Amino acid sequence: MSRSPVRVDPVLGDDSPPSTLAHPGWANTMPPGFDGQSAIAPSRLDELDTTPTRDAPAPARPAVAQATLVDTLRTLLPPHALLWRNEDTTPYECDGLTAYRERPLAVALPETEEQVSALLAACHRLGVPVVARGAGTGLSGGAMPHANGLTLSLAKFNRIVKIDTRARTATVQSGVRNLAISEAVAPHGFYYAPDPSSQIACTIGGNVAENSGGVHCLKYGLTLHNVLQVRGFLADGSPATFGSLALDVPGLDLLSVVVGSEGMLAVVTEVVVKLTPKPQVARCIMASFDNVRAAGDAVAAIIANGLIPAGLEMMDKPMTAAVEAFVNAGYDLDAAAILLCESDGTPEEVQEEILRMKSVLVGAGATQLEVSDNEAQRLRFWSGRKNAFPASGRLSPDYMCMDSTIPRARLADMLLAIAEMEVKFDLRCCNVFHAGDGNLHPLILFDANDPEQLHRAEAFGAEILELSVAMGGTISGEHGVGAEKLNSMCVQFSETERAQMLALKAAFDPQGLLNPGKVIPTLSRCAEYGRMHVKRGALAFPELERF
Amino acid sequence: MNDTLIGLAERVRQATAAKAILRIRGGNTKSFMAGVMSDAATLDMRSYAGIVDYAPSELVITARAGTPLVEIEKVLAERGQCLPFDPPRFADETGALSGTVGGMVASGLAGPGRAAVGGVRDYVLGVLLLNGRGDLMHFGGQVMKNVAGYDVSRLLAGSWGALGAICEVSLKVLPMPVATATLRFDMRQGEALDHLHAWAGQPLPLNASVWWRDTLAVRLRGAHAAVAAAVSRLGGEVIPNELGDAFWEGLRDQRDEFFIEARHAAERDKSALWRLSLPPTTPVLPSFDDTLVEWGGAQRWIVAGAEDTLVLHRAERAGGSAFRVVGGVGDGAGYATPLAPSLLAIHKRLRESFDPHGVFVPGRPMRF
Repeated sequence: MSRSPVRVDPVLGDDSPPSTLAHPGWANTMPPGFDGQSAIAPSRLDELDTTPTRDAPAPARPAVAQATLVDTLRTLLPPHALLWRNEDTTPYECDGLTAYRERPLAVALPETEEQVSALLAACHRLGVPVVARGAGTGLSGGAMPHANGLTLSLAKFNRIVKIDTRARTATVQSGVRNLAISEAVAPHGFYYAPDPSSQIACTIGGNVAENSGGVHCLKYGLTLHNVLQVRGFLADGSPATFGSLALDVPGLDLLSVVVGSEGMLAVVTEVVVKLTPKPQVARCIMASFDNVRAAGDAVAAIIANGLIPAGLEMMDKPMTAAVEAFVNAGYDLDAAAILLCESDGTPEEVQEEILRMKSVLVGAGATQLEVSDNEAQRLRFWSGRKNAFPASGRLSPDYMCMDSTIPRARLADMLLAIAEMEVKFDLRCCNVFHAGDGNLHPLILFDANDPEQLHRAEAFGAEILELSVAMGGTISGEHGVGAEKLNSMCVQFSETERAQMLALKAAFDPQGLLNPGKVIPTLSRCAEYGRMHVKRGALAFPELERF
Repeated sequence: MNDTLIGLAERVRQATAAKAILRIRGGNTKSFMAGVMSDAATLDMRSYAGIVDYAPSELVITARAGTPLVEIEKVLAERGQCLPFDPPRFADETGALSGTVGGMVASGLAGPGRAAVGGVRDYVLGVLLLNGRGDLMHFGGQVMKNVAGYDVSRLLAGSWGALGAICEVSLKVLPMPVATATLRFDMRQGEALDHLHAWAGQPLPLNASVWWRDTLAVRLRGAHAAVAAAVSRLGGEVIPNELGDAFWEGLRDQRDEFFIEARHAAERDKSALWRLSLPPTTPVLPSFDDTLVEWGGAQRWIVAGAEDTLVLHRAERAGGSAFRVVGGVGDGAGYATPLAPSLLAIHKRLRESFDPHGVFVPGRPMRF
């Protein structure tokens, strides 16, 4: 679950991170961490926070001194591409999950693949962990630095290498922003389909690491389905190419595990993405329902009737009220839930599909129904959904964003269960769902200045995640496990399953140097969590750090 | 836990203890590709069959490995859904289409719809795997979006038994298209490739294509209006749907004339049937005995009496790979494009981690 009280940047909206520079003074007051445990900068959460690096497996060799690392890397990079002073590395201390902070020994900003390879080889020799980083917009702490490690920023890999309209591919360096790809290929009538809401800032390398989705992934797929080939380097600095410009490769399909591996298997420098012809038309239906059960059932009915909308999103009443106050888009404030259902394609196709969608929605009990007639109106329908996070930020000092996925048919059950949890935990929750995928983003509102409220919010979030797993779902649909959901991994996977995943990492990275301690919890961590887990809600010493 | 499943796990543990080797087998329809494994005992997955769960509104079906594909497709069709990537079902020695869903995932083979809709791996949501230690492990799940941990379930698509026996699989399914049309054109190969690339760059409901002996056929699938508009725009000869459907089915199950002739040729005169997986814009590869082009140019079947090295060289030069499916001589090196050394090391360590004692003998495409 997301422990971070996410402060939303109004420009980036939705999934975008708060500025990592929001509290530049904090970390400078702290001594750098030498033991992998002590360098968490103070945040308002730390008294209750799970120190994520406590779980990080200690490197096989003792930690390398900063001076040794810097002296080694200096010979490989121009002076401006290596940062190690506190004031220079502090901006890198967290990603979009600002509650978890750690300062690395150094930050490298290589400019060439040769430099990346040499850096990795040097760190491999020294036994120094390496954490790759794109734009740092991730929401689960996947790019949070390692206290004894190097943060490897791919920010300078920002070149679009080739656009091949005949093959319908673009070859881009890993630091290219998601939206920049679509902008570059737009004159040719194409776009890059996955559109995470942070797309103006997040990079394709980060998308590969997280297997990012977006509002259109029900129809157009996730990052994995839109990437053909990934080029990069293994932990020892040797080059490796996963996938191919052909549709399959000899041997195992390693691309399918590299995508979504959160920087733990390889460092990516270049990506070949598939381009999709831009649909000629898109139209959106906005439908109101007077109870959430009917709205949830409508989602299932759309799919069961053979329709695959380009987007299918749901907002509950509190969320609708919040976004209407924010964007004044004319949402139906009396509705218990609102569905946005989009069709795209040729004009003939869209007309046919919209008719079918309308008839299913009416049949499912929609109380009000509006179809966009033009692009301005369609964008107005979406404006509230796209601003759900910043709008929630105005309701409450802090909120936690959950990211679990459940079977679509359970959407209404989940909404009703969350309503009961609101009473139980005495906290409000706004709900916005990628309903077509069953991916939930409940936003639990609380005030982090009140440790007791934070405690309740955490318990609220954990209960949503556990219910999601119990419903046959998963703890993370698109934000990743990172540093944040390690405990929840213990709930979802058995010991042998986790051991197999750790072995998979070792097959790519035998020394365990790439982003160690993230994604797959160690067996001892899960044992510890299991003991605590039983007593959830009635911890004997709530004031103690829960590790 | 199910007794059959417990029995399968026990079988693996016993084989490990006895230092025996096992060949995982479903419908036994792909042994022509998987190769002969005379020393290996058979781990027959057909005993573990049946649909576990199917919820049409979730677009997800979960089935045991031994379930015949035709049975799954029948159940899906009753609710207007399908496996859109057209996995080949292959006929067994009696002529029945007996390929299983476990074999489908293990082989990772897809048919005519592949280029337009994605392959097997894109539809795998979750897997129950029996590894070489006899451990049963779930990876992935039953939902569309899932980024918890490494996506091991998708890695198993096309793994040919190298990492273990697939016992259960959850697949994403899709609604059947409301309209289908098949168009036929007389065209040389180069001209056909040019047209296919141009069409693929436009918002057209192009779903499948095949070129053979100066004939190009394309399949359109989508909304009625979209298919009708594309038919009038692309031209060509409209093939009646009952003929068209039978044609694509034959191609899908590799029972089409081309494949029959290629197998005969392999038996008769030492020529071989090769599958080349290439960047789709690879130009025409000349001077083979026969060529059939699918997937908009990305999959090319070649009948060649040529030396293995020549075919392998051509494929690699184009940035793709080649695999000798039937015919030719020997199962040693030379029947497939080798792995890059850096990837080979990862493969070996991966295999060791899933099957440390090497109890499973992988199929020919995965012998590295």
